Amino acid sequence: MIPAAFDYIRATSAEEALAALTEHGDDAKLMAGGQSLIPLMRYRLVTPGVVVDIGNLDGDLRGISVNGDTVRIGALTRHTELEHSAELEATCPLLNHVASLVGDPAVRHRGTLGGSLAHADPASDLPAAVLALGATLVARGPGGEREIAASDFFTGFLESVLAPDEMLTEVRVPVTADGWNYQKFNRRAQDWAIVGVAVCRGGRGVSLVNMGPTPMRASAVEEAVAGGATAAEAAAHAADETDPPNDLNGDADYRSHLARVLTRRALEAAGFA
Amino acid sequence: MAVTDDTTRAGGIGARMLRKEDGKLVTGEAEFVDDIHAPGELWMGMVRSTVAHARIAAIDTSGAASMPGVQSVLTGAQLADMELWVAPLPCAWPVTDDMVNPPHWPVATDMVHHVGELVAVVLAESRFAAADAIEHVIVEYESQPPVATVEQAMADVDHAHLEHSTNKAYTWAIDPDPDGTQAAIAAAAHVVSARFVQQRLIPVAIEPRGVLAVPSPMGGDITLYSTTQVPHVLRVMVAATTGLPEQKLRVIAPAVGGGFGAKLNVNPDEILAVALSHRLGRAVRWTETRSEAAGSTHQGRGQIQHVELASDADGKLTAIRVKIDADMGAYMTLLTPGVPLLGSFLYHGVYDTPKFSFTCEGWFTNRTPTDAYRGAGRPEASYAIERAMDMLAYEVGIGTDEIRRRNYINGGEPFEMWENPAGLSFDSGHYGPTLDRALELADVAGLRAEQQRRRETGAIRQLGIGLCTYVEICGLAPSRALGGLNYGAGGWEHATVRILPTGKVEVVSGSTPHGQGHETSWSQIIATKMGISPDDVTVLHSDTALSPLGLDTYGSRSLSVGGVAIAMAADKVIEKARKIAAHQFEAAPEDVEFVDGSFSVAGTPSKSVHIQELGFAAFTAHDLPDGMEPNLQEQVSFDPPNFAFPFGTHVAVVEIDEDTGGVELIGYYAVDDCGNQVNPLIVEGQIHGGVVQGAAQALYEVAVYDDDANIINPSLMNYLVPSAAEMPSIVTDSTCTPSTTNPLGVKGVGEAGTIGSAAAVINAVVDALRPHGVTDIEMPASPMRVRRTIEQADGGAS
Repeated sequence: MIPAAFDYIRATSAEEALAALTEHGDDAKLMAGGQSLIPLMRYRLVTPGVVVDIGNLDGDLRGISVNGDTVRIGALTRHTELEHSAELEATCPLLNHVASLVGDPAVRHRGTLGGSLAHADPASDLPAAVLALGATLVARGPGGEREIAASDFFTGFLESVLAPDEMLTEVRVPVTADGWNYQKFNRRAQDWAIVGVAVCRGGRGVSLVNMGPTPMRASAVEEAVAGGATAAEAAAHAADETDPPNDLNGDADYRSHLARVLTRRALEAAGFA
Repeated sequence: MAVTDDTTRAGGIGARMLRKEDGKLVTGEAEFVDDIHAPGELWMGMVRSTVAHARIAAIDTSGAASMPGVQSVLTGAQLADMELWVAPLPCAWPVTDDMVNPPHWPVATDMVHHVGELVAVVLAESRFAAADAIEHVIVEYESQPPVATVEQAMADVDHAHLEHSTNKAYTWAIDPDPDGTQAAIAAAAHVVSARFVQQRLIPVAIEPRGVLAVPSPMGGDITLYSTTQVPHVLRVMVAATTGLPEQKLRVIAPAVGGGFGAKLNVNPDEILAVALSHRLGRAVRWTETRSEAAGSTHQGRGQIQHVELASDADGKLTAIRVKIDADMGAYMTLLTPGVPLLGSFLYHGVYDTPKFSFTCEGWFTNRTPTDAYRGAGRPEASYAIERAMDMLAYEVGIGTDEIRRRNYINGGEPFEMWENPAGLSFDSGHYGPTLDRALELADVAGLRAEQQRRRETGAIRQLGIGLCTYVEICGLAPSRALGGLNYGAGGWEHATVRILPTGKVEVVSGSTPHGQGHETSWSQIIATKMGISPDDVTVLHSDTALSPLGLDTYGSRSLSVGGVAIAMAADKVIEKARKIAAHQFEAAPEDVEFVDGSFSVAGTPSKSVHIQELGFAAFTAHDLPDGMEPNLQEQVSFDPPNFAFPFGTHVAVVEIDEDTGGVELIGYYAVDDCGNQVNPLIVEGQIHGGVVQGAAQALYEVAVYDDDANIINPSLMNYLVPSAAEMPSIVTDSTCTPSTTNPLGVKGVGEAGTIGSAAAVINAVVDALRPHGVTDIEMPASPMRVRRTIEQADGGAS
């Protein structure tokens, strides 16, 4: 539980953080809230030579604002800020609700939305929420900013399209106040989901937690819904084209079963017949 | 003992007093071992075996030894050559004369027998240097086939210790009439035969274990700070193991954050810290990490139980036959072999049975040793009989409450000194009212109606109601009884009570708190005895220099042995004070009354002296009765004449989501009888924590080992200790049947909650699943296991 030795840089601006990433390349890791990185370092599962701490950056990188039909959230906005934002509750209650289910209060007071997405853990709640919402992620690198569709962002287990010298700065989600649900099944309140399902009716988005190496859209369910299937019929496809893990909480068959049960519940709660 | 309102208000026995020690504990003022530092201290970094069973072919320490901050790296063989110890780690309970007890050295020399066993020790200037260096100690292992389960141990194909041709450690039985038991089973109208698995549990105290040994090179003294429940036992054992003179060893257990049995052992790290600090002349320390604890600290439970109940046509028991196969793990630690025996006397539970047969076989596996864990043998026993009684109820076709009523000792009516079939004498009991009250408190009649409604409507969330009436053994223990069981120590407890010159009171306690609230409870006993404020009492404990005599805290013994010793010492102080008062009054001592802290001559209440005033008279000794020694200080070693047998009935209510298999404990009702209560608030706290620990075994916790005997869930990420969020608000009540074997009439409550709750919760889970034809489910009843059980019972997949 003692991390290997590392150098520590506390960035005072996004530019300084990006410069450090450019200089140290693969040897550097960005740390925002540290709720995923620090445990991995303590187990020595990752041993970065340099930790670039952006947790104290502010300005555009933090906060929630609504512009027409888009909600703009700074990447360093903490889970607890999402959870308690009245503005978010009015414009994107799915994200508001999902944030309230991440870890425990201590985790939510440190962890950030951008950090959770960049970590790309298939067992995390927030990646599934942005997938169901059809969010757009904004990344900044040496060449400037680029926009990435959430559905293009996650590429493998704890891997994303982010380059080693890029950082997430912003998440944009459409205003979606109606027809949403998130089913999180776990054994203890603070645990990751054994399986989770997020549904956003407006965008017909359905996504799955912990059903494969990445946070994923339940494409077969989305297609069935688009084709007019009932909730029960669509939910039967929840485990199609998934690759769920086997662990002590559930083997692949049980997870597939859970995905079907929870998807049906989520679809019905979100207002699908 | 009658408790008056007056004494309750004054903070005496019976008062719901907030705990005196909590301010220190919750603000961080209290010091734990890891908070204490000594100049020049070296950190031990523990190099632990990564394989379960192997010959150590080679250890290369050169890379680690040359790292910055590393003082030295010592292998087990090098440590053995240094002659730091004169005996292996102790097992104090060789339960039979022919028990197999492989030598257990602090660090392995040529063979390792479980993952986590020490193979080398790094000594470094910082915790960080130690952590870095242990990664660079290269150990080459020649693997041997591991014995990964009790079943494999029993098959005796591979052997956990190659020098022994069997994995069996011992056979121990209480079987006065095996033919009679067999005949009763053969003739029975109903027979239940069940196999239960007590999974291994990792004890998770909120404070991990740690040590700091501080030498005095000139004086030859060593002070050992340890996160221990047993400073007195540890001092004896460290002296015996290292050969260092006992009078030069001082053991201090500072604030200790929970133990649950896991801190009553004598551990390699404690021996290493003392021996190395003595040899090097430098302080030596270590604190385990949470994951490390899975190999460095003993585990609990680990039994396979076979239970047979026989009854007549009405469900009245005619025989109970029990066979236990107990997982010792790789070595016999301090109490390993005796833990199943602590349950052996209780496999008939609260029920009268004409025939009783018990056999336990202990088996070695290549896993972390097992030893005491909250309840130590009694939760296992209670689980087996209470699960089996539910099965018998279904077999006979009567309610789970009715089967219990029909079999309670003395028909559920009060009794004293009942001879149990295992040869013990139950001090007192009155089981019927705990069941009546629990059923009422939980509104079981209403719950049954709601259960029926949900069954008829095919609700997704089904209801289950589970009962458990337990009895347990507290107050370890009459020393002669322990001797008869081959236990290597006595069971007395020691107390000193003194009145200081200014009238304040110091109590020196032999039993040592690690969260139980001794400072408060002992103050309350003194407050009632002496008629003074509990704020005038300070309790000294947990340091062998302050409290040289004691046998420490385990087995719910503190109050019924140690607390009684304190009450008896207070009585002796009062009697001496009475003589001083009589001397001052120029009256005969037998004419002097003691009421509310004041002495007066009977019939002359105007002339009185308060006991606290006599502290100064005894201190100055200017005018004491002829021949009386100065000072008001008395001590007592109390050896209890019998065990105490608390009991109670618990009701668990679960809701099961049949689609997911998720189990939610939605209600828990505990009616316990621990005799007289010194502090009902502390009693409730013990019940709450205990209930959660048992419910955790039922629903959440299991130490999982793979086929190679590697533990695969040593971290709190995947070893699921439940939190308050998973638990209902526990409803408690009590009845009071005072113990007849000690003057306070107290019994003990530290383990009761755990002993009652696992069976109650699983009985509720099985009750919910009964319409599917489910008769049993293994612990922990995880969602996947529950869902699979439903699918299998329904005869198809989802």
